[in-house]
Amino acid sequence: MNGDWAYWLREHKGTLLAFAAFVVMFTIYAANHPMGLNANVATTAANKGVLLAIVAMAQTLVVLTSGIDLSVGMVMVLANCLASSIAVGSPLATGLGVAGVLLTGCVCGAVNGLIVIYGRLQPIVTTIATGAVYYGIALALRPVPGGDVNAALADALTGQLPGGVPASLAVLLILVAVVWLPFRRSAIGRAAYALGSSEIAAYMSGVPIRRAKFVAYTLSGLLASMAGLFLTFITYTGEASAANGGAYTLYSIAAVVLGGVSLFGGSGSAIGAIFGALMFRTIGDLLFVFNVEPLWQPLFQGLVLLAAVCLGSVRLLRIRNRLDLYG
Amino acid sequence: MPLFVMQGVSKRYGGVRALQDAQLAIEAGRIHAVLGENGAGKSTLIKIMAGVVAPDEGRMLLDGQPVAFTSPAAANDAGIACIFQELSLIPDLSVADNIAISNPPRRFGLIDRRAQRRMAEEALSRAGADNIHPSALVKDLPLSRRQMVEIAKALARKPRILILDEATSALTAADVTKVYGVLKRLRAEGLALVYISHRMHEITELADECTVFCNGRSVASFAAGTKTDNEIVELMIGREYNAAFPPRTARTASDAAPLLEVRHLGWTDRLTDISLRLSAGEVIGLGGLDGQGQRELLLALFGVLLGTTGEVLIDGRPVAITGPHVAKGREIGMALIPEDRKTEGLMLPMSVRDNLSFAALDTLSGWGVIDKAAERDAVARIVRLLGVRTDGTDMPAGSLSGGNQQKLVIGKWLMMAPRILLLNDPTRGIDVGTKQEMYQLLRQLADAGAAILFYSTDYDELVGCCDRVLVMYDGAIRRELIGAEITERALVSSALNIGAEARKSGPPQALS
Repeated sequence: MNGDWAYWLREHKGTLLAFAAFVVMFTIYAANHPMGLNANVATTAANKGVLLAIVAMAQTLVVLTSGIDLSVGMVMVLANCLASSIAVGSPLATGLGVAGVLLTGCVCGAVNGLIVIYGRLQPIVTTIATGAVYYGIALALRPVPGGDVNAALADALTGQLPGGVPASLAVLLILVAVVWLPFRRSAIGRAAYALGSSEIAAYMSGVPIRRAKFVAYTLSGLLASMAGLFLTFITYTGEASAANGGAYTLYSIAAVVLGGVSLFGGSGSAIGAIFGALMFRTIGDLLFVFNVEPLWQPLFQGLVLLAAVCLGSVRLLRIRNRLDLYG
Repeated sequence: MPLFVMQGVSKRYGGVRALQDAQLAIEAGRIHAVLGENGAGKSTLIKIMAGVVAPDEGRMLLDGQPVAFTSPAAANDAGIACIFQELSLIPDLSVADNIAISNPPRRFGLIDRRAQRRMAEEALSRAGADNIHPSALVKDLPLSRRQMVEIAKALARKPRILILDEATSALTAADVTKVYGVLKRLRAEGLALVYISHRMHEITELADECTVFCNGRSVASFAAGTKTDNEIVELMIGREYNAAFPPRTARTASDAAPLLEVRHLGWTDRLTDISLRLSAGEVIGLGGLDGQGQRELLLALFGVLLGTTGEVLIDGRPVAITGPHVAKGREIGMALIPEDRKTEGLMLPMSVRDNLSFAALDTLSGWGVIDKAAERDAVARIVRLLGVRTDGTDMPAGSLSGGNQQKLVIGKWLMMAPRILLLNDPTRGIDVGTKQEMYQLLRQLADAGAAILFYSTDYDELVGCCDRVLVMYDGAIRRELIGAEITERALVSSALNIGAEARKSGPPQALS
């Protein structure tokens, strides 16, 4: 049918804008880097970016259901501490350890989901509380920084593929293919979008609301634990860092907004959030290559975020009934 | 044998009987019209059929087998699809996504987008809406297109019984013709259709069977064409109780400028050319079917809507009411009692005292500091005046009964002694006793010199309370009833716009 592409553009506008903005920023960054874009520069940038991108994917799943997950960072920290204890040793032991970490992430997410669904608590309060609990467990596991991780696996996933391509980008691609795309294309994923957009209409249409919420929160926990695992592979150590947990939680929300995912739920894509995360990281790197004091970094990140949010609310100018502003 | 039967179905909400001993028999290959005025129980009936609410009593038979639906999904599975008045579409999803929402076609566990696209195209063309693109997002479509998508969505479920609740209310004339064609074809295909509409000519055009509801009971079922429009209106009216209304105060015509005058007010396509004059001491009713622009008119007067056209005059002088803060100011002195007291009227968790003093805080405070003693006195006065039954004024407003909450909403605005009082269906969902107190209060306020504009979905109230009634239809005032002209019969027939339709098609006739 004619005009298909126009509708496609309309639906993916947020994602495409995030992608375009990231490409522009990264090009500027690479062109001005003192050493140019060599494999090592790219790998370092990719590792940092991918870590936030995975947390942003986790956040996206919950935000799509018109919730918010303030425990993603803490689940990541918990997974980091756990991985530094059990993802070591022989290939078999490492494999079991990785599975254990991912399972823990799923359980954390599922607990969030169950409380939100059956306890009928607001996601924001629920996840602040559970986040504190998860952080407490992480602290109990690793009161002081330390531990170790299977170095061969870590180097393989954070190093370079033949040809100098950062391996972490391949990891991200696989995560998108294995977790996000099936979710996006499944009936359950559709239900998550539907309930985020209008829970009443979704209920009236016979959509499985509870199951969709549960799956969204559980997958969010799973992705957050993957981020924790990846953090361990980068740092070779485990640390129950409250600062890290808090920062990644807030950055993930920023990345989601920059990536064109609506905080009201129901629209946007994890792909957009990934580019939002990469963009957010690139802002910091840009300031570095232009020799701006690192002290200015939060200020500039904040300004970019504000500008993005302003763009998103242009539609409010069209409202004719003031009650719609508050609805 | 009828395809679907309801026997003795009843439903209560709290103390309110929404449906009592309702009977309905629907046959395949027929269009069954359900008629009744606002609050007659039609919506409850549909919600029960569609599995949204469960009946308290009675039974339903499908193909002679008893059935019970626990959710909309269960009713769907049994072959009942419903097109609701409030749309059930999901705004952020595409048309195709919406049409396939309840059971998307799947391959290897994932949604098969091509199959879904085919399914959507087929459903859209069955609904006579081929011109809607399946990939368009629902939130980008105008209301009339959404309504067509809603019809396509219902058809995609291959229902045996299709319920249409005011399905044509948002449609353009061209779409209405198409939908008629579609409905007739579906009837020929053997579907059973339940058609709810307030438009008499639609009933005449489409229905094979009619059932009239009144006060939650099904009062008559008959073949279409066997009763005249007037006989049907009589059936719809029949009332059980007559609330006691205070006597009207005899009014003498005065030459003084009206307190509030509206000239040619308009807003988007929802309000057209509204003119009215409201004097001190007068109670004017807004009548008509639900959703014909009455709410928008009140909101427009209160300054909530942006981009209104026309003129508003207070005491004969033009004013620009740019928001509720201006409307309630001293020069204008206007108050709006909103329809949804829980969200627009009260802060439920806050105390009775706080709720009452919100709107009048500026008169109760000096240099920004609230005068506690003045506040306490003013609150006590209002609580006494309205007879609010509360255990002290520190209780949260949410702990009061519905009727007492509504008194709070009114009391809160009385604190600032308004000159013009706009009421948006203030007695909805409150008990008869409180209603009567409310009627007394309205008359007292009018006698004390307030001008009152009163929208109600209860025709009885309009008859009992108002000096004049303006009947709205499709965003415009279609008829003004004065004094003794205000009867239920006149209200119902002018609300259905029967006179106007007769005038359009037949020879001109004078207004009664």
